[in-house]
Amino acid sequence: MTRPTQATVAQQPALLHWWNRGAQLDPRYLIAFLITLVLVVAQLRYHMVGGYDRLALALLTCTATEALLSWFDRGRIVNLLSAYISGISLTLLIKPQGGALWPFALGGFLAISSKYVLRYRDNHLWNPTNFAISALLLAAPDRVSVLSHQFGNDVATNLVIWTFGLIIAARVGVLHITLTYVASFLVLNGARALSLGQPLLPEIAPITGPMYQLFVFFMITDPRTIVRGQRQQIVVAILIALMETLIRFASDSGWPLPTAFNAAPAFLALAMVGPVAKWLDLRRVAGGSPPFRRNR
Amino acid sequence: MRHPTLRRAVVAIPFFAAIGLAIRLDHGPIRAPANAAHPGFVLRDETAAAGIHFVHHRPTFDRRIANVEPHVAALGASVSVADFDGDGWSDLYFTNSRFGQPNALYRNRGDGTFEDVAASAGLADLNRPGEGVSMGSIWGDFDNDGREDVLVYRYGYLALFKNLDGRHFQDVTQAAGLRRWVNSNGAIWLDYDRDGLLDLYVTAYFRSDVDLWHLTTTRIMHNSFEFATNGGKNMLFHNLGGGRFNDVTDQLGVGSTRWTLAAASADFNEDGWPDIYLANDYGPEELYLNDHARRFVLSTAGLESESKSGMSVALGDTYNRGRLDVFVTNISERGYLFQNNNLRLNLMSEARGFRNVADAQVADAGWAWGAQFGDLNNDGFNELFVANGFISADRNASYWYAMSKIAGANGHLFEDARTWPAFGNASLSGYERSRVFLNRGLSGWVDVATAVGVTDDYDGRAVALADLSNRGAVDVIVANQNQPAVLYRDYPDSASHWIAFTLVGTRSNRSAIGAEVEVESGGMKQRRIVDGGMGFASQNDRRLHFGLGQHEWVDRCVIHWPSGTRQVLQHLSVDQFHTVTEPAR
Repeated sequence: MTRPTQATVAQQPALLHWWNRGAQLDPRYLIAFLITLVLVVAQLRYHMVGGYDRLALALLTCTATEALLSWFDRGRIVNLLSAYISGISLTLLIKPQGGALWPFALGGFLAISSKYVLRYRDNHLWNPTNFAISALLLAAPDRVSVLSHQFGNDVATNLVIWTFGLIIAARVGVLHITLTYVASFLVLNGARALSLGQPLLPEIAPITGPMYQLFVFFMITDPRTIVRGQRQQIVVAILIALMETLIRFASDSGWPLPTAFNAAPAFLALAMVGPVAKWLDLRRVAGGSPPFRRNR
Repeated sequence: MRHPTLRRAVVAIPFFAAIGLAIRLDHGPIRAPANAAHPGFVLRDETAAAGIHFVHHRPTFDRRIANVEPHVAALGASVSVADFDGDGWSDLYFTNSRFGQPNALYRNRGDGTFEDVAASAGLADLNRPGEGVSMGSIWGDFDNDGREDVLVYRYGYLALFKNLDGRHFQDVTQAAGLRRWVNSNGAIWLDYDRDGLLDLYVTAYFRSDVDLWHLTTTRIMHNSFEFATNGGKNMLFHNLGGGRFNDVTDQLGVGSTRWTLAAASADFNEDGWPDIYLANDYGPEELYLNDHARRFVLSTAGLESESKSGMSVALGDTYNRGRLDVFVTNISERGYLFQNNNLRLNLMSEARGFRNVADAQVADAGWAWGAQFGDLNNDGFNELFVANGFISADRNASYWYAMSKIAGANGHLFEDARTWPAFGNASLSGYERSRVFLNRGLSGWVDVATAVGVTDDYDGRAVALADLSNRGAVDVIVANQNQPAVLYRDYPDSASHWIAFTLVGTRSNRSAIGAEVEVESGGMKQRRIVDGGMGFASQNDRRLHFGLGQHEWVDRCVIHWPSGTRQVLQHLSVDQFHTVTEPAR
């Protein structure tokens, strides 16, 4: 057995210290850090934002709506980190026709206000960004599309995002959801490719794209909208992947689905499965604290 | 409000209103678009009446890439304009892209009809195994003998033809030092060193070591949908005189490998030297600024921050500022992808950059290809004609879903053509209708295609503009991929006036390619350039046409010759052509 060197011994407590400190943080800070990292990498290396006016508008709309509605609903302004995360997610994910800015304003408003309207037992049911993107894609397909390209189709950038993403997902206590979804995606779409006689790689390739990165690190793991209990969370992740596979099957078969289903099947799958699961969960367990605290 | 349900109901009102607003905005902006009434012109399809029966045939390639052949073979329809026989009537040259299928050289009889003389001219049989298939052509008098010569670029060897007598052409490629295998979709003539001899810039798409009929590897595709740099290397050939060229690509630093689809040249920064603007597929546009012919410097004009799928470069004066602005087409597909076309105002002189002012109308022209600026109604403002549509096959099968999967993969995956899902008989942005954008100045652009008579849904590629009847109207010629070419005759409002110029270079190249003309009339200032290739796989009439609206006079006309000579003309009559010969210094 190799003895640990002095350096390793000295480093271990520091690393552990930071790891443990991360565990004590509100998970939204870690998530906010990760999405900011994605934004910075996406913009500096690939100019993906498409204009700082979009970023400013989305952030302003999300935070202002959150501040206003929380004050109106609860009599106080809540922590705006969730709104910040939604604003950046929308900036990265919405690709409008021409230089239109309204999708960022409407998307931001829909995302945040959905939390105050679409509620059950004092919990919102949809991940705000997922709801806003899905609603815009369904309501305005002639004007709005979703990010469908890669970070330059470059492996190195993907590795950076995935590495940070997985570490933070572990720290937040939702790594099992991310991994379950990714594994389910690979298995189910591999099986789909086999059953259709299509090449495997193009069918599983989308999982490496930035749209899916935002999906697995910020949407299906949203602490406020996941169900309670690790086992249940794993089941729901599998169900979302299954729904997505069914949507893709329908697209493969040429079903006349709205374009949103073909362009962003994962988002639509979450938008359909997630709220139902959450609703059932809330029915099952009356009251209680947010699920991510239970998991810790 | 104390009751939570009531509070939620209050919030629900704007929430559902926002969804309703999104649905409403999907149908278009709430503010009324620019007025489409009275466009002031009609375009009539007179292809058959003119005797033009050209049908493009797409190429077929190595069966190992049969799964993506509709995509790889989706280019090649081109059209260029030149008065090759010097009779004062503009003629048309169309390229074909399948082995054995001839190119067509339509001689303008001057009575509204054309005859195909390609075979007798020696310009028909250019699509042969071992030589390649035609992708386009550009005309220019490279030896300044007063006759327009032609370069044909191919997926294969370049081919340069010297115009012998206005009726016959001789292949001088080998002697010119241009027998190079280039998988090219574009080329332009320009005189980058202002020595009075036309130089040649050739863009390359697939790598030049790729023979699409005898592949040694199927790793021939782009390695990124956004920042691919593994395309063919563009080349610049310097005209040495005596009919010879030499390759100065590396010496001058213009060997982009960004999958260039189109190029255009003009003096964007007004320093007196012609620059080169590139539209690149799978990457950002590039502007190479000419540093006194010593080298070209890749400009940091803000272009690098927008990665799209550039298909075509058209130059025109958008708002009569006396500047040449840039219109680059891209891809838009409902629900999947809005890359948006770029209409970039040229601010190089004052801000060392461009400002993209494409509104929702001009930004989205579907899967757009060739485009040109032209004053179709002679009101003094440029319209935009945009051809579009990529692959029209089965109307009920779309490749977009498959494309959305492959676009998300890592580059090394889709670089291999064999890993792409099979196209089968699917369409990809097929059956799109060409756009004709009416210029309403600061009120914006409005598509009037249907209203003015442009209703075809062919897979348009190249667009060229020319006054084919010498009557002060800008006719539109569209080369369609794997489909018939179309000639739209322009019938502008007869109350509007116009003026046109035929330029003859002396110290500059004889074709006057690169000359920029500025016309001032009634407070309007318009600028146009004699192009050596512009748009996508196309070249316009060498004669420059200006609409003047109701103005019956021209205050001043300034010609900036490529040699650097500046010529001022006054008291010109309108509604006629003026032939201007470059003065001695």
